[in-house]
Amino acid sequence: MKEKQSFEDDLKRLQKIVEELSGGKLTLGESLKKYEEGIKLAQSCSASLSDAQRKVELLTKKDGKYSLERFNQAESEDKA
Amino acid sequence: MPKPGPDLFNPAVSPKEQKHIYSVSEITHDIKVILENTFGEVWVEGEISNFRAATSGHFYFSLKDQSALLAAAMFARANRELKFKLEDGQKVICFGKVDVYGVRGQYQLIVDKVEPTGLGARQLAFEQLKNKLFKEGLFAPEHKRELPLMPFSVGIVTSAAGAAIRDILQILAKGSPCVSAVIRAVRVQGESAAKEIAAGIEDLNQFGKVDLIIVSRGGGSVEDLWSFNEEIVARAIYNSAIPVVSAVGHQINTTLSDLVADVFVETPSAAAKIIVDKRNALVAELDSLRQEIVFIITEMINSLKGGLVALRHMLKSPLDRLLEKQQLLDELRSGLNQGIRYYLNISRERMVSLIEKLGALSPLAVLSRGYSLSMLLPQGEIIKEAAKIKPGDKVKTILAKGAFIGLVQEIAADNFNSC
Repeated sequence: MKEKQSFEDDLKRLQKIVEELSGGKLTLGESLKKYEEGIKLAQSCSASLSDAQRKVELLTKKDGKYSLERFNQAESEDKA
Repeated sequence: MPKPGPDLFNPAVSPKEQKHIYSVSEITHDIKVILENTFGEVWVEGEISNFRAATSGHFYFSLKDQSALLAAAMFARANRELKFKLEDGQKVICFGKVDVYGVRGQYQLIVDKVEPTGLGARQLAFEQLKNKLFKEGLFAPEHKRELPLMPFSVGIVTSAAGAAIRDILQILAKGSPCVSAVIRAVRVQGESAAKEIAAGIEDLNQFGKVDLIIVSRGGGSVEDLWSFNEEIVARAIYNSAIPVVSAVGHQINTTLSDLVADVFVETPSAAAKIIVDKRNALVAELDSLRQEIVFIITEMINSLKGGLVALRHMLKSPLDRLLEKQQLLDELRSGLNQGIRYYLNISRERMVSLIEKLGALSPLAVLSRGYSLSMLLPQGEIIKEAAKIKPGDKVKTILAKGAFIGLVQEIAADNFNSC
């Protein structure tokens, strides 16, 4: 949830930077600052999409409390 | 209660004043209104008898059971949609409107849909529920939520042991390894399945840490998929604060959960593919945004560089200007020389011509014809009148060749003509 939000915010910010840069109303100094920020945002967004820290978990509920446990895919395939 | 018959002998009170007397058409009309308003659209179960297909394409038959008979008509427009043949003796459920056919004084069912009993009963329940949920707005497009730009965490409500979860996880692992999955394992067929699926959706909403919920199961028979047609599942999907993708069965099994979901796809794999496609589209977009930024900055720097070159050029130019001036000077100088030469030539020519003219006017030319010219000395004044000289004056006379000086002896009295 948090990752999704910050990703969307970053992407929006990046789109705005590109818009501002193409508007051509910035000084060189401002442009270079935006450029630097834009490249950083693009990198961090790309990193989020390339991240391979993928988790597969099973949501369980006990006495109204939720907890996550590792999901054993091999086991499920055997059952299937 | 038996009414007294009309008193033929005492018509003082007109029956018309006592009660309203209908015409046949009037009462038929009222019956029609009452019947149609009371029943509207209904489902009627019965057995087909007296089936007749008219040449017009309309079907006429009766529906009957042990103790009653209902006339029915199914017009061509409606019966074209039938997926099976109607036959006498067939047990069916008909959906239609009660109608009064005044011409024959008959009431009848105008049939819109017919289904064989058996499958029909369940289908009927389904249609009724679908209709109810539709009217409540559960399928309304304006209620559909947009899927998140990129769901990094996906909740999956399905069987932990099914093909669906395996397909989804496989495709995500391959195409979108940045996405985590939170599985809420439920039964997807059987008695308690619908309740578990609905609870699973609610659990994921309460748990909250997912961006998207996939409700799924693999293909199966209509009965296998039936849990996804239950009202409780439809309502859980409708009430989910998190967008829901329904991926139930294979191809054309459209369930209520499909209709309520924000997006529905035909297979579990297709649900996972939505996420993979989203990721790929974003990767491409980020790439193009980055390229655009680099392009804009490069352009900007290039254009500034261009300006710098122009400035540098301007700095160099005093020397250039000096050279230019020198060149101009050289050109002028050579032009000047040419001009002078030209002027001199012109002048020379004019002089020659003047000299020639002068030659023609020269008195010396006259002298050559025998005339002479005398001047009074010492002034050298040309003598044009004898009166200007006197004896004793010294006179120089110029001839065509040579000259002599003489003394005036006497002034002749008359002009030379008289000599």
